[in-house]
Amino acid sequence: MTDNLPVLTTHGIYMAFGGVNVLKDIDFEIYPGEIHGLVGENGAGKSTLLKNIAGVHVPKAGEIRLNGKVVQVPNPHAATDLQIALIHQEPLTFPDLDVAENIFIGRQPMSSGLSRLDWATMYSRSAEILNSLGVKLDPRAKVRGLSIADQQMVEMAGALSQDAKILLMDEPTAALTPSEVKDLFAIMRLLRDRGTAIVFISHRLEEVFEICDRITVLRDGELIDQRIVGEVSVDEIIQMMVGRPLSTLFEKGDTEEFGEPVLEVEGLMRTLKFENITFNIRAGEIVGMAGLIGAGRTDVARALFGTLEIDSGTIRIDGQRVEIGRPRDALKHGIIYVPEDRKQNGLLMPMSVIKNMTLAVLERLSRNGWLRESLEEEAAQEYVKKLNIVLRDPSQPVRELSGGNQQKVVLSRWLMTKPKVMLLDEPTRGIDIGAKAEVHRLMSELAAQGIAILMISSELPEILAMSDRIIVMREGRISGRFDKDEATAESVIAAAAGQFLQEG
Amino acid sequence: MATTSDTLQRQRSSDIAVRLARFRELGIVVFLIAVLGMTIAFQPDFLLKPINIRSILLWIPLLTVVAMGEMMVIITRGIDVSIGSMLAFAGIVVGMIFRDVPGFNIYLGALIGILLGALLGAVNGGLIAWLKIPPIITTLGTLSVYRGLVFIVSEGRQIDPNHVPTALIRWSQRGPFGIQWVPYVVLIAVVVAFLAYAFLRYTKGGRSIYAIGGNPEAARLRGVPVETTTFSVYLITGALCGLAGILYASRFGFVNPGETGVGFELTVIAAVVVGGTNVFGGSGSVLGVFLGCLLLGTINVALAVLGVASTWQLAVYGFVILLAVTVDAVIRRELRRATTGE
Amino acid sequence: MSIDETRSQSTMVDSSLDQPMEGPKKKRIMNVVVQPEFITVILLILAFIGGSIISPYFLDLDFLLNYTSLFIEVGIMALGMTFIIISANIDLSVASTLALVGAVAGVLFFDLSMPMGITIVLAFLLSAALGSFNGLLITRMKLPALAVTLATLALYRGAAQVLVGDDSRPKLAWSRDIVFPDWFVGIHRVYIPGTSIPLPLVLFVILAIVLGILLHKTTFGRWVYAIGTNEEAARYAGVPTQRVKLAIFTMMGLLSGLAGLIMVSRLSVARYDHARGWELDVITAVVLGGTDIYGGRGTIFGTVAAFLLIIFLRTGMGVANVKAESQLAVIGTLLIVAILVSNLTKRIRT
Repeated sequence: MTDNLPVLTTHGIYMAFGGVNVLKDIDFEIYPGEIHGLVGENGAGKSTLLKNIAGVHVPKAGEIRLNGKVVQVPNPHAATDLQIALIHQEPLTFPDLDVAENIFIGRQPMSSGLSRLDWATMYSRSAEILNSLGVKLDPRAKVRGLSIADQQMVEMAGALSQDAKILLMDEPTAALTPSEVKDLFAIMRLLRDRGTAIVFISHRLEEVFEICDRITVLRDGELIDQRIVGEVSVDEIIQMMVGRPLSTLFEKGDTEEFGEPVLEVEGLMRTLKFENITFNIRAGEIVGMAGLIGAGRTDVARALFGTLEIDSGTIRIDGQRVEIGRPRDALKHGIIYVPEDRKQNGLLMPMSVIKNMTLAVLERLSRNGWLRESLEEEAAQEYVKKLNIVLRDPSQPVRELSGGNQQKVVLSRWLMTKPKVMLLDEPTRGIDIGAKAEVHRLMSELAAQGIAILMISSELPEILAMSDRIIVMREGRISGRFDKDEATAESVIAAAAGQFLQEG
Repeated sequence: MATTSDTLQRQRSSDIAVRLARFRELGIVVFLIAVLGMTIAFQPDFLLKPINIRSILLWIPLLTVVAMGEMMVIITRGIDVSIGSMLAFAGIVVGMIFRDVPGFNIYLGALIGILLGALLGAVNGGLIAWLKIPPIITTLGTLSVYRGLVFIVSEGRQIDPNHVPTALIRWSQRGPFGIQWVPYVVLIAVVVAFLAYAFLRYTKGGRSIYAIGGNPEAARLRGVPVETTTFSVYLITGALCGLAGILYASRFGFVNPGETGVGFELTVIAAVVVGGTNVFGGSGSVLGVFLGCLLLGTINVALAVLGVASTWQLAVYGFVILLAVTVDAVIRRELRRATTGE
Repeated sequence: MSIDETRSQSTMVDSSLDQPMEGPKKKRIMNVVVQPEFITVILLILAFIGGSIISPYFLDLDFLLNYTSLFIEVGIMALGMTFIIISANIDLSVASTLALVGAVAGVLFFDLSMPMGITIVLAFLLSAALGSFNGLLITRMKLPALAVTLATLALYRGAAQVLVGDDSRPKLAWSRDIVFPDWFVGIHRVYIPGTSIPLPLVLFVILAIVLGILLHKTTFGRWVYAIGTNEEAARYAGVPTQRVKLAIFTMMGLLSGLAGLIMVSRLSVARYDHARGWELDVITAVVLGGTDIYGGRGTIFGTVAAFLLIIFLRTGMGVANVKAESQLAVIGTLLIVAILVSNLTKRIRT
């Protein structure tokens, strides 16, 4: 499986962004014909390491050796020449170009005589590559409209087309359904057996342990250790990642009684997205929404928040029927939405912490449209204290804060609205183990204050631990409902992936 | 893998998209026929008069040549509104050469015009590609700067018909098939369009243009030379404007610093947009733009023939751009709704 | 309640806290210096000094004040354009709106014999409509502002051209006594009693104050900045993005229309080619004043300073007998240089 000599080694890699050290003295190595997992908490430097190897960024110090020889990788093009390929978390594709061109962009085959692009060869070679991966895509189809999984396949086909000997994969499974992950792993094994060296980043340790031969752990930009999968346990890995004894997953305490239903949804329908959605959430309750990716859960949340129009159905808050046409309406009724796409959560980077926090409640803090900056400052200070936000001055631009503090600023923005209903979409996706527990603790505290919480999650342990009730969606419909005590992993999965359970 | 219905949906989206592109070009032809139809309704012998056909044909070269460049610019998510000034500059300088150096070789003159245009285009390209000034701002600025240069260089004097070499004017009057039919300038335009097509379809540089417009980040990470390609499209556009300056002199017989090329950018952008080029970048076809030029040329001549004063031109261009952009946006939106329910 | 920071994040705590403080005063001075408005003011002073070297007229306050009237329309429109650009949009149709409103006013008064008062009211209604048209296409149809306003740049001026042709109102052929009412024309010759401050300048100052308050002191203004910084995030935070954008484009229309009426008053005549190409000056004034073309940043103060700067430059060029086209070329160069400098200082500031 592994050769004697590593195909790629890094030596003493230092990387910094704007004065902040991100990687320190990384000595990394990978052998041909292995799948090598790279794990670590958020901000540990995994993505940065891959980007350094792939020429997206140039390390401040250190060297990279390919088959023993020192090489320079100043840009992605150089990486391609060195047969290094990077598969990005969000596939980089050209929507208006066809699959074949997406695979071969920049390196399209030219016909010998007239030195012109050889489309026929491009199509036939694309078909070959796609076939060898077992992927059924038409090379002539435009990429626009393909699923994320398919777009990733296109990217991988692109890597193959350049005879990549080293494949770097940055969280490729983040947006895939379990069956798509299986297909991806099959392809990865295929490539490994052909001698490709693969580096695989994932936050899901079960995946890493399933597919990888060896694991490297990063923490705070340093390489902690490199171990063989069969010779180390998950707990040990977690300990290395976190650097302290692991804390158990937080279990939501049992609430004695819940209040009245705060959110009632009846017969919600949107063509091609979901139909017949009926449920409610009571004050103090956490309702977990399970299901496969694409089942329609996020769409339901978007409908409740006003970013997706519904075709029919009613929404009630505190018993009153409400119309929600845009986020502004939702906020007015006390509904907030924390999207899984952090970019949408949207910090206004150049603006101050205060301004970021008060954005959603300006009208409450102003008189007749007149801004009351003193009130804004007061409100901001309150939450800086409450959430322990580390900063120099609330008037400083929010971009100067660290990632964790920035998250707290966003949270403050929502909490300031004194919400009645919180729609959380994959709240702990991509968050390291240490912070996960904290998020869960916070959710429980908020629920204890009487807030009704809808938690969309693709992680079964989280669903089972945190939900008072579970709703499962499948292909746009509700396929199962469970109370906390009656839910089991199997029944939830069955509802998500398999048969419909009888309603009611 | 994804469910069958998902795959089917996506396949449908691709098919519909392809069909839409064809349909789009067909739509232009339909529009063209409609315009011709309306004109013939009022003037039954519209198409029978060779002078009308000639007028339409003579519009094409000027528009097409520059539109090929502008199309490339818009595909890369840019825009160039300085094209009228670049055209005028090349036209006036070469015109002055013809005036002051009698017997100057017209092909050499044309070459100089092209090089001058390329130079001005290169300035645009440099500011946009490397100094990262937004295209609208850059070309809005150079529109004025180049126009100022036109005045300074020409000292405000126009190039009269008697300064323009007869041979050059013949380009617009004679053609390989005899005097009345397809003038040489039209052939030049067809050749340019053909070259543009070949460039965009069969060279890596051409494909890079689509890549940059489709996904600039991805293009950069995939090793597509973003700055160089961006620079090139503006350079090419400048060169084509230079050529257009010569064609202008050939067609109209004069070059006037205050008139030549003023407002031309609107006509060209109208043709490009009508031709189906996506204002958001990433897609556009030579055939579509060519048809757009044909349509706009026809509208121009039809208006004149119907006795509608040239004062309507500006309003018509504005309306046409608006209509094309709106229709495209609506179609795209409905398409997305139908296939993904967004 | 608290969320503990994960260790990995706490080690990367604000590096700004770790930097040696070279003395807070020096940093504050640096902060001011790299603000674009500071540079604009410096340029303003330089231009004034340069101007007064070129010509003694510059030191004549009355002369300068009078000169502002010649371009006051640019200033008025620039105030509105500031909002537009801060919200990360652009409006190329402002000068065309100016011309169309003026032309319509002329046609209403002369061709349809409407009383001037009604004409003015209708003109403002039209201005708002023209601005809203842009706004609706951008918000409802989700079309890009550049494409829409490029089209209306042509459409509006084209409409003006259709209305009055190459002629004017009052028409050239008419006898000399068919004119706009006395009280309407010559607004630039109306002064504050006892001073030589012309009325258009007063209007401009009032507008600047009002709009400055709107931008910097109200919720609406904060929303404009938010939209320009990250529209999606603003929308998710409940900012009524569509209504705000519609409002600023409508306001832009109103200001352009006002400028149109002022120009007709100044020149006593309405033509379709009024202010041709002035969108360049307006955008230049805004960008030169420190407003970031990409949105999210800018001040009314900066726009005012930049407008004055352009006035001084134009005055200087006029006095030095620079031709109109060359003046335009200078403004064009200024625009490009302004962006270059802005890019540079942006990099220093972050």
